[in-house]
Amino acid sequence: MELTAIYYLLPALFMFCCGVYGFITRKNMIAMLISLELMLNAVDINFVVFNRFLYPGAFEGMFFTLFAIAIAAAETALAIAIIINIFRAVRNIDVRSLNEMKF
Amino acid sequence: MFSNILIYFVVIPVVMLALLGLCRDVKQIRAVAVTGSLALLGLSIYLLVDYLGLRQTDSVSPMLYTDSWTWFAPLHINLAVGVDGISIAMLILSSVILLTGSFASWKIDQPKEFFLWLVLLSTGVFGFFISVDLFTMFMFYEVALIPMYLLIGVWGSGRKNYSAMKLTLMLMGGSAFLMLGLIGIYYHSSPEGSPLTWNLLEIAKNDAIPHSWQQFLFPMTFVGFGVLGAMFPFHTWSPDGHASAPTAVSMLHAGVLMKLGGYGCFRVAIYLMPYAAHELSYIFLVLTGISVVYGAFCACVKTDLKYINAYSSVSHCGLVLFAILMLNTTAMTGAIMQMLSHGLMTALFFALIGMIYGRTHTREITQMGGMMQILPYLSVCYVIAGMASLGLPGLSGFVAEMTIFVGSFKAGMADYLAGAGSLRLVFTLVACCSIVITAVYILRVVGKLLFGPVYDDHHRTLTDATWWERLSTATLIVCVAAIGFFPNFFSDLIKTTFSPEIFRVLGI
Amino acid sequence: MDVTIPILILSIPMFMFVFLGLLGMKMTHKLAGVLGCLGMGTVLLLSYYTAYVYFFSGAPEFVNAAGERLQYLVFDQTWLQFTDKLTIKIGFLLDPISAMMLVVISTISFMVHLYSMGYMRDHHGVYEHGFQRFYAFLSLFSFSMLGLVVAPNIFQMYIFWELVGASSYLLIGFYYIKPSAVSASKKAFIVTRFADLGFLIGILVLSYYTGTFNFTELTSVPVEGIAGVTQIDLGTAEGVRGIFANSAAPMFMGASVLTWALVLIFMGGMGKSAMLPLHIWLPDAMEGPTPVSALIHAATMVVAGVYLVARLFPLYLMEESALVIITVVGAITAFYAAVVACTQIDIKRVLAFSTISQIAFMMVSLGVARPEIHEGLGYMASMFHLFTHAMFKALLFLGAGALIHAIGSNDYTAMHGLRKYMPWTHITFLIGCLAIAGIIPFSGFFSKDEILSSCMGYDWVAYIWMSLVAGLTAFYMFRLYYLIFWWKEHKIPEGHHAPHDQPWTMTLPLVFLAAVSCVAGFIPFGNLVSWNGHPYDFMEHFDWSVATVSLIVALLGIGLATVMYRKENSLPEKFRNAMPALWTWAYHRFYWDELYMFITHRIIFGCVCRPLAWFDRHIIDGTMDSFAAITNKMSDVIKPLQSGQIQMYVWYYLVGALALGGITVLCLL
Repeated sequence: MELTAIYYLLPALFMFCCGVYGFITRKNMIAMLISLELMLNAVDINFVVFNRFLYPGAFEGMFFTLFAIAIAAAETALAIAIIINIFRAVRNIDVRSLNEMKF
Repeated sequence: MFSNILIYFVVIPVVMLALLGLCRDVKQIRAVAVTGSLALLGLSIYLLVDYLGLRQTDSVSPMLYTDSWTWFAPLHINLAVGVDGISIAMLILSSVILLTGSFASWKIDQPKEFFLWLVLLSTGVFGFFISVDLFTMFMFYEVALIPMYLLIGVWGSGRKNYSAMKLTLMLMGGSAFLMLGLIGIYYHSSPEGSPLTWNLLEIAKNDAIPHSWQQFLFPMTFVGFGVLGAMFPFHTWSPDGHASAPTAVSMLHAGVLMKLGGYGCFRVAIYLMPYAAHELSYIFLVLTGISVVYGAFCACVKTDLKYINAYSSVSHCGLVLFAILMLNTTAMTGAIMQMLSHGLMTALFFALIGMIYGRTHTREITQMGGMMQILPYLSVCYVIAGMASLGLPGLSGFVAEMTIFVGSFKAGMADYLAGAGSLRLVFTLVACCSIVITAVYILRVVGKLLFGPVYDDHHRTLTDATWWERLSTATLIVCVAAIGFFPNFFSDLIKTTFSPEIFRVLGI
Repeated sequence: MDVTIPILILSIPMFMFVFLGLLGMKMTHKLAGVLGCLGMGTVLLLSYYTAYVYFFSGAPEFVNAAGERLQYLVFDQTWLQFTDKLTIKIGFLLDPISAMMLVVISTISFMVHLYSMGYMRDHHGVYEHGFQRFYAFLSLFSFSMLGLVVAPNIFQMYIFWELVGASSYLLIGFYYIKPSAVSASKKAFIVTRFADLGFLIGILVLSYYTGTFNFTELTSVPVEGIAGVTQIDLGTAEGVRGIFANSAAPMFMGASVLTWALVLIFMGGMGKSAMLPLHIWLPDAMEGPTPVSALIHAATMVVAGVYLVARLFPLYLMEESALVIITVVGAITAFYAAVVACTQIDIKRVLAFSTISQIAFMMVSLGVARPEIHEGLGYMASMFHLFTHAMFKALLFLGAGALIHAIGSNDYTAMHGLRKYMPWTHITFLIGCLAIAGIIPFSGFFSKDEILSSCMGYDWVAYIWMSLVAGLTAFYMFRLYYLIFWWKEHKIPEGHHAPHDQPWTMTLPLVFLAAVSCVAGFIPFGNLVSWNGHPYDFMEHFDWSVATVSLIVALLGIGLATVMYRKENSLPEKFRNAMPALWTWAYHRFYWDELYMFITHRIIFGCVCRPLAWFDRHIIDGTMDSFAAITNKMSDVIKPLQSGQIQMYVWYYLVGALALGGITVLCLL
C-alpha cells in the first residue's frame, strides 16, 4: 500500500471537523481555544501534505507551517491571557455570558 | 491665490475659527465674532461698490472676479470662484445676518463652542456663494449643514434632539439627490472627447448635457436644493427645526441657509439645464405654488410663534422658487429680491421671537398678550417686521412681491395667449391670494401677542430690549427699509446678473 | 411750475412721521402736537398755493387757449423698474381732481390735527397716552393720502393705497389695549386687503396689455410744445380698448378682458370706499379716535375708491358694463346703508353708515356720468359731492367727537337735550345736518342736486331710487340730530358736572368747516372740474324741477324726523313694533358681519386652515416621520443577528460558506 496524499488529508479533515464542532458546541472558552488549535493543526497538516506531494522540490509549505505554529503559540498565549482577564472580571469563562459588547 | 478678493470670504471665517479657539473668556469671543462679521460686512460692501464699477466696463461676462485653483486634477476639481449681482446680494445678506445673529446670541451658554460652530456654518455659506465649481459648492453646502445639527441639538429648546435629527436627515436626503444630480452633470459637462469639468460657467457655455439626461438631472438638482428651500412637500423640517433652534441659528438658517436652496435652484438646476427647466417647470410650479398658499394657510392656525414664522417662511420661500420657475427676468429679479427681503425680515422675526421667548419663556400666543405695554421697543419692531412680511410699501416685502407678481403674470399671460395652457396664469393668481392670507396670520399674531390687555401679570415686570438687542434689530430694520425705499438699486444690481450670456442660455 | 413745493407737500408729512415716530417719546406731548400742527399747517398753505396756481394762474401748462384744464406732470422719478416698459415711478400729477383733493386733504387733515390737540386729552387737560404716536400716525396718513391723490400712475396709487390702509390700521387700533379696537383694525385691514387683491390683479391685467402704468398714457394725449403736459382724450382710451380687443384673447368668461380689468380695479375701490359687500369694516373702524374717523373714515381715505374710478373714468367710459356695475353696486349700497343708519344708536355708527351711503352717491354719480348727458355732469357732481361731503361729514364727525368728549359715551341714549349745554356744537352740527340733508343754500344741496340731475338724465329708475335715498338721508340725520339735542331734558349723572363746549382748538375747526359747508355750494365747480377738463357753467344744467323735488323730499324726511323725534313720544316705539323683522334686520345691519364671521371662521379657518394644518402635521410630516420609523424598524429587525454570541457567528459563517460552496459546485457541474 502506497501512502498517497489522501491518507494524510482525511485525518486532517477529520481533525478540522472536530475542531469546528468543538468550537461551535463547547461553551468553555478554553475548550473553544483547544478546538481552534485543532483546526489550525489540521490546516498545517494540509500545508505540509500539499507541499510534499504536489511540489516535492519546494519548501514554502514547510516554512509556512513552521510560521503558523509559531504564531498559533503566540495567539494561544494571548487568548489565554484574555481569558484569564475575563475570568477575573466576570468569574466565569462561559462564552455565552460575554455579550455585553454587542452592537 | 490671495490676490482675489473673494477668497477672503472664506479666509476671514477660518481666521475667526482659529482666533475663537484661542479665546479665553466671553468678552474675547464676542470681540472676535463682532469684528469678524463686521469685517465680512465691510468686505461685501466693498465688493459691491467695486463690482458695480467693474460692471460699467464689462457687462458681457456672466461673472466677475473669476479665478480657479486646481485642487484635485484627476477629477477636475478646482476651487473656482466668481460672483455676479445675485451672489453679491447674498453675500451682503449673509454678513448682515451673521452680524446681527452674533448680537442676538450675546448671552448664549457655552459661547466658545457655539460661535465656533456658527462661524463654521457661515464659512460654508460664504464659500457656497462665491464658488462656481459644482464640487466645492457642494462641499461648502455640506459644511453649512452639519454644524446645524449640533447647534440645534445642543443649544436648542423643546424637542431639540428630534428636530435636529429630522432637519439634518431631511436636508441630507436632499443632498443625496443633489449629489446624484451633480455627478450626472459632471459626466455630461463637456462635449464628447474634451475633458470634463465641474465649473458651472464652462458647463453652461458647453451646453452639452443631453436633453434626455436633463429630464432626469433637473428634478434631482431641483429637489435637492428645493428641500433646503422648503418646497412642499419637503418642508416639514422647517417648522420643527426652527422651533427648536436657538435664536441666532434660526436667523441664519431661515435668513441665509434657506436661500442656498433658491440660489442653487437658479444657479445649478435652471442655469445649467434650461431645456428641462422649460419642459418640467410645470411640475415644480404646482409644488411651489402649493407651498405659497399652503404655508400661509397653515400659519393661520398655529399658536407657537416660531411655527407661525416657519410656515410663513415656507410660503415666502415657496414664492422664491415659484418666481424662479417663471423663467423671465422680471420674476427672477423678484425672486432674488424676495430672497433678500425674506432673509432680512425672517431674521428679524426670529430675533424678536427669541428675545420675547428669552423673557417670557413661552412662545404660545395664547399665553401672552399686551406686550406693547410691557416691551414697547420689541413690539414696535415686531409690528414693523409684520408689516414687511405682509408687503407694506416702503419695506422690502412689497417690492419683492410686486416684482414677482408682475413677472409671473407676464409669463402666465404669455403662455395663456400663446395657447400654451393657463397653468402659470392660474398659479400666479393663486400666489397673489397669499397677500391676503399673509395679512390674516400676521395681524392675528400682532393682535394677540402685542395688542389687547396684558394676559399674564407676571409679564409686567419684564424689561425691554438691551443695547445689543436694539442694535441687532435696528440693523435689520434699516436694511429692510433700505430695500423698500430704494428697490431700484437692488433690482439693478440683480439685473446685472442677467447678462446676454444668461439670456442666451435660458432662452428668455 | 417749480418742483420744490410739490416735493415739500409730500416730504413734510413724511418727515414729521419719522421725526415724531423716533423722537416723539423724548419730547413733551404739547410740543409733539404743536410740531404736528405746524407741519400740517405748512402743507395746508403749500397745497392751497398749488391749487390756486393750478386753477387761477392761467399758465400754459395748466390751461390751454380754449380754457380747458390740462394735466401737468410736475416730476416723475423712477422708483422700481420691472421691465423695459413697466416702471413704477414716484411722481406728482397736477390736474383738476388732484388739485381739488390736495385742498380737501390738507384742509381736513389740518383741522383734525388742530382738533386733536383738544380732543386727545381728558377734562383735566392731561394728554392721552400715546399722544405723540397719534400725531406721527396722522402725519403718516396725510403723507400716504397726498401721495395717493397726486399719483401719476396706477402703481404709485396702489403703493399709497396700501400705505393709507396701513395707517388706517394703526389709527383704528390706536387704543390697542381695547380688544374691540384691535379686532376692528384687523378687520379693516384684511377686508381692504382682500379688495386690494382684486385691484392688484386688475393692475396686472391692464398693464400687461397696455404696457404702461401711467394714467396719462391710458387716458390722455400729450400737448404739443410743453413737456409733461397732457390732456384727457377719449381717443387714447379708445386705443386702449383697441389693444384689448385686438389681443389674442379679447374675451374671458363672457366679458371683455378690459371689463374684467376695470371691474377688478373697481373692486379695490369697493374695499376702500366700503361698498356692499365689502363695507363691513367701516362701521367697526369707528373704534378709532373720533378725529381719525373724521379724517380717514369720512372725508379722505374712504373716497379713494371714488377718486380711483374718476382717475380712470375715460377708460370706464369705454366699457359700459363696468359703469353699470358701478351704478348698481352704488345704488344698492346707498339704500342699504341709509336703511341701516335709521336704526343705529351709536352716533358714530350712524355717521359711518351715512358715509357709506354718501360715498355710494358719488359712485352712482360716476356710474351714470356720460359725456352726452349734460356734458358729463355726473363726473363733476361726483367730485363736487366728494368735496362738500368731506367738509360736512368731517364737521359732523368732529361735532360727534365733541359730544363724545363731553359725555364720555357713543350712545345717543346718554345724550338727549344737549342744545342748551353745547351751543357751538349744536349750531355747527345742525349746519352739517342741513348740508347733508340737501337744504338750500347749504353745500350738500348743490352737489346732491347735480347727482340727481345726472341720474335723471341717465334713467328715471336711478333718479327715483336715489331721491328716495336722499329722503332717507334727511330722515336719519335729523333723527340723530333731534335725539342728541332735543328729545328730552338732559339728565346729568350724579357727581358729574354739566357738559359744556370745548376749548378753542376744537371749536375752531367746527366753525371753519361749518362756514365752508354754508358757502361751498356756490363754488363754480363746473369751471374747475370736469371729466375732460372742458369748463362749463353747471347752472346751465341746473334743473329746477329736480331741485324742487329733491328739496321737497329732504323736507319730508326732516318733517318726519321732527314729528317722531323732536319731543319724547311713543311714535318710534310704534314704528318699531309695526315692523319688528325689518327693524331687527336693519339694526343688525342685515347680518353681514355674522355672514362674514361664518365664512372666515367656520369655512376658511375651520374647513381650510385647520384641516390643512392637520394634514401637514399628520400626513406630510407623518410620511416623513414614518420613513424614519421604518428605518428604525428595519434596524430593529436585523439587530438580533448581531447577538454577540461568537458561536452563532460561526454557525452563520459555516452555513454561508457551505451554501456558497454548494452553489459553486452546482454551477461547476
